[in-house]
Parts: sequence; structure tokens; C-alpha cells
Amino acid sequence: MDVISKLTEYRVRLQPTLRELKLIGTRIRSSRLSILGAAIILFYIALALLAPWLAPAGHPSQGGDPYMIPKFGILVTPQPPGSTVHGNHALFGTTAWQYDIYYGCIWGTRSAFRVGLIVVIPSLLLGLVLGMMSGYYGGSLDELFMRLTDVIMAFPSLILDMAFIVVLVPLGVQRLDAVMISFVLVGWTNYARLIRGEVLRTKNEDYIEAAKSIGCSDLRVIAKHILPNSIYPVLIMASLDIGTTVLGVAALTFIGLGAPEGYADWGQLIAYSRNFIFGRPDNPFGYWYTFVIPGLFMSFFTLGWNLLGDAFRDILDPTIRRK
Amino acid sequence: MGLMGLRSYVTRRLMLTVPTLLGVTILIFAIIQFLPMNMRAMMYITDIKELGNLPKLIQEHGLDQPLYVQYLRWLQGVIMDHTLGADRYNQPVYDAIVSRLPASVELAIYSIPIIVLIGVTFGSAAATHKDKALDHMTRLLAIMGTSLPSFWEGIVLLSVFFAGLGWFPPQRWSPSVNLYVSDPNSSWKWYTHLITVDGLLNGRLDITLDGLRHLVLPVTVITLLNIALIMRVMRSSMLESLGKEYVVAARARGLTEKEVIAKHARRNALIPVITLSGLLAAGLLTGVVITETVFDLKGIGAYAAESAAVPDIPVILAYALLSGIVFTLANLIVDILYAYVDPRIRLE
Repeated sequence: MDVISKLTEYRVRLQPTLRELKLIGTRIRSSRLSILGAAIILFYIALALLAPWLAPAGHPSQGGDPYMIPKFGILVTPQPPGSTVHGNHALFGTTAWQYDIYYGCIWGTRSAFRVGLIVVIPSLLLGLVLGMMSGYYGGSLDELFMRLTDVIMAFPSLILDMAFIVVLVPLGVQRLDAVMISFVLVGWTNYARLIRGEVLRTKNEDYIEAAKSIGCSDLRVIAKHILPNSIYPVLIMASLDIGTTVLGVAALTFIGLGAPEGYADWGQLIAYSRNFIFGRPDNPFGYWYTFVIPGLFMSFFTLGWNLLGDAFRDILDPTIRRK
Repeated sequence: MGLMGLRSYVTRRLMLTVPTLLGVTILIFAIIQFLPMNMRAMMYITDIKELGNLPKLIQEHGLDQPLYVQYLRWLQGVIMDHTLGADRYNQPVYDAIVSRLPASVELAIYSIPIIVLIGVTFGSAAATHKDKALDHMTRLLAIMGTSLPSFWEGIVLLSVFFAGLGWFPPQRWSPSVNLYVSDPNSSWKWYTHLITVDGLLNGRLDITLDGLRHLVLPVTVITLLNIALIMRVMRSSMLESLGKEYVVAARARGLTEKEVIAKHARRNALIPVITLSGLLAAGLLTGVVITETVFDLKGIGAYAAESAAVPDIPVILAYALLSGIVFTLANLIVDILYAYVDPRIRLE
């Protein structure tokens, strides 16, 4: 009897959550482009998970770190796809200084997700905590946090990132770490704004008043009543930011601020190709593989996230969602 | 009401801008404070001989003073004397930025009209053809534009249209033009430092055309990158406008569909696009880091990119400070324009 009533209680309690998830599910399924987006992302997740088998590490030049691209020699000129360099088969060819393009692309997928998650999760948590406090307590705390977001958002984000990075690096922070820290320092503001708005919206609902009147602590009200009702838009936004983050990090890597030398990163591979984009005198497209292949890996990755994002934008828009 | 309302709106808006501007300077100042004192002093070296006399620089710029004194002196230096430190060649950053400005401005003044024009046309066409083929095509174009990494786009375009076809080269002008304009004995005179404008002013159409040829690819990349946002905003604003009563009323009066769209729906739908275009202009005028780098354009964005990898700290911090200030002011101007065009805003 007790078990049954508990189960019923849970079912009732979970109902809004389930309804929300179902709505999002139907919306995704009703849009063909977003299915394509989801398929692309799933493909990349598979690539990232299978990387150790698709492109086994262990070349001596990697120094035991699978995120470093194996270097098959010291020759500057790239070698075409399918060639063998010092006994190593290079399926997609090699780029400048004989870095293996195939390995870099496959492990680049893994490092894209890694960088994306390492940036987005702390930004989300920071934004969640500060935004919640801001919206729930209001007053001067709210004023302080919101003016802070105003200031950070006054800058173009990539430029403020650069400012943080150039100061962190001379202080002894590893380059890629500095990039990720700066992205978190700049990136939490969007989530804080969004969650604050959601909290303000739900704060005055009757069920919150009811919860407070029966003596729930602030923490309990936030965790059990406000959070479940306001978290969805923020979670969706965060997942989509993985694509944007990867694009931003790659852009910084391209100008020499991001990943260290030899790190498996698509932006890095494209940066290596810069001296070869004009080809050879006899063939202007002689080194096409050095930038086309990593560029395609990267473009489809962001395309997948953007296709998903386009559908989510409609789902999240409260004015059109229930039509 | 009328302009009175506008005045009080402007006042309120200014009150919000001042703290943000102060905050922008405080944030940059705070970032500088993470560096040890000697490094902060080195930011001011404009002559290599000063390297041996850091204590003098520390005293001169008050780097050993309490924080608030330092901040005020730093702010005074930035505002009054444009003291933004010196770059790795010991050149004052302010002078370097000024000398790099024309390349960025030239890129911006060709990109902005193209982006706005195409964005507005495609966006409103997508709205009037909602859920038809045209709508889907523009949506796809928008998604492609935001998905392709801009540096990769630039590289692929250079490979095809420069290396392959030889049509559109990188840099701002051809080597032959460079010889001519940098020769002190030639009759060339710089007026605006924009090559396409000065070519005309010097009566050299060929030099203007050469400049335009060099602008084609970077303008294309910037357009692809920024058009999505304008298109999307225009589309939704137009959809909203098409459902309004004044549009229904215009139809009821028997106006043709063309007139209804051009005179009634589109005009009102343009308002949010103004906001966006203003911010876009601010973004482009402060330089586009990646595109200028790929096409070797020597604008302020490329200056920041070159300095980032070194890293040349004063340049990056000055660049960030400048962008923050320009963006805050652009936001202000755009909001005031917005309120001027749309009286409803003032009353909120």
C-alpha cells in the first residue's frame, strides 16, 4: 500500500517534467533538419568514443599523450592522402612537419567534446548559482551581479577572452587551460541572465508561496520547487553552446592563442596548413587535403549543433511553443 | 509628451551607461593588476633604454601607490593622454591603433550596407513566403553562414579564387600599387587612407578598382558570417508585423499586396534591424580579428591577432578596452535612435 502510494506520488510529481520532455521530443521529431542535426552529433559522439580504436595512440613522437598528434618526420612539405611516411600509413596525408591529419581529425573530435564540456559545465554551474541567488534574493546582491554581467557583456566575448588569456599565460597557466578558464569567466553571464529571468517568473507562483508558508528553507524552495521549473531553457542553451565554444577555441588556436603545438585540434590543423593554401606552382590545389579535411570535420560539427539549435529556438520561444 | 519623453528616456539611458563604462575600465584595470609590478612597468616602455630603469617608470606612473590612486591615474592617462602603453616594438599602442584603423574602416564601410541590404531583402522574403521553398533556403543559408569557421571559409576562398583562378588576391592592394603609393616622389597623396576613396581623389580609377578587387573575398566572408542574424531578426519581425491590425486594415482598403508589404509591413518591421545594424557596425569598425588575419589586411583586428600569440599584453588590453567602450557607446546610440523612431519605447 505504502509503495503504491509512493509510486503514485512520484508519478504525479514527475508529470510536468515528463510532459515537457515529451513536448521537446515531438518538436524535434517534427523537424527534419533537427533530426539531421541530432544524427550528425551522434556520429561525432561515436567518433569521440571510438577514437582509441579508430586511431590507436602509441607513436613515439606523442610522448605517451594520446591528445598529441603523431609526427612522422621533420619534413615541412605535406604528403598526400594514402602516402607512407617513414613506414607510417597516413590515410588523410600529413600536414606541415608531418603531423598525421587522420589522427588529428579523429582525436580532434574527442578534444572538441572535451574542451566543450570543460568550458560549458563550469560556466553553467557558475551561472546557475549566481543567477539563482540574484533572482531569488534580489536587492543589492542582484544589482551587483547584474551590473557585473552588464560589464562583461559590454565586450565582444572573444576579445575579452583574449585579454584574460594574455594575462593568465605569463602567470604560468598552461595555454589551453588559460583558454578554458577565460571562456568560463566570460561565458557564465548568459546562463545567469537566463536563469535569473526564469526564477523571477516562477518566484511569485502560488506553489512557491505555499512551500514557503509551510516553512521550507530557502535551499529547499530553490532546489525542489524553483529549479525543476526553470532549468530546461538553460540546459538546452548550455548543450548548444558546445558548438559555439569549439568554434571560439579553434579561432583562438588559429591565431596562436589556443591549443599548444601538436595538440589534436581541428583549428590547429587548419593553422598548420596556412603556408600551403596556395598550393604548388604546378598545381594550385596541391595541398588541398591539409585544410579541406580538418575544415570539413569542424564545419559538420558546428552544423550539427546549429541545426539542433534552430529547432530548439522555436521550442524555447514561449510565444509560439504551444501553438 | 513627444520630445520631452525622449529627453527623459535619454537621461535614464545615460544613467545606465555611465556605470557600465566605469565597470569596463575597472575590469580591464583589474586584469592588469594580476601582473607583477615590474611587468606592469614594462608595459610603458617606449624606449629600449628605459628597460634598465624600471623603478623610475614605476614612480612615474604611480605603480607603487594604493590601488584607487593607481586606478585614477591610469584612467586619467587613458582619457587625457591616450596612454595605453607601448607594444613590443616600443611604439605607443594608441598610435599603432590609429595607423591600423583605415584598413578596418574600409572593410566595414563596404560590408555593412551589403549585409543589411541582403539580410533585410532575404529576411522579409522569407517571412512573406513562410514555410515555402524560399523560406527553407534562406534558413539553410543562415545555418551554413554561422556553422562554417570564418578562418576556414577565408582559406578555401583564397585557395579557389586566388591560387586557382587568380581573381581576388589577399592584402589591401597589389605590389605595383604599393610601390606607387609608398614612393615619396610619386604624385600620390593620402587623403582618407582608404585606398578605394583616395584612388578616386587622386584621379586613379585603376587604383580604386585594385582596392575593390582586394576587398571582394574578405567582404564575402564577413557577409556570410553576419547575415544570418539580420535575416533571422528581419524574418520574425516581419512575421509579427504582417499579423498586425494596420496591415489587415491596409489590405481591407484594397491596397495591392506589394504596397501592403513595402509601405506598411516592412517599414515597421525594420525597427529591430536598426538596433542590430548599429551593433554590427560597432563590431566591424573595431576590427575583425580572424578575417583580417586570414586576408593579411593589417587592420586593428589583425594587429590584435599578431600581438596575441607573442603575447603583447598592452596591445590586447588596450584593444579590449577600446572595444568595450565602443560597444557600450554603440548600444547607447542605438537605443536612443530606437526610442526616437519608436515612441512606445520611451514610455517603458
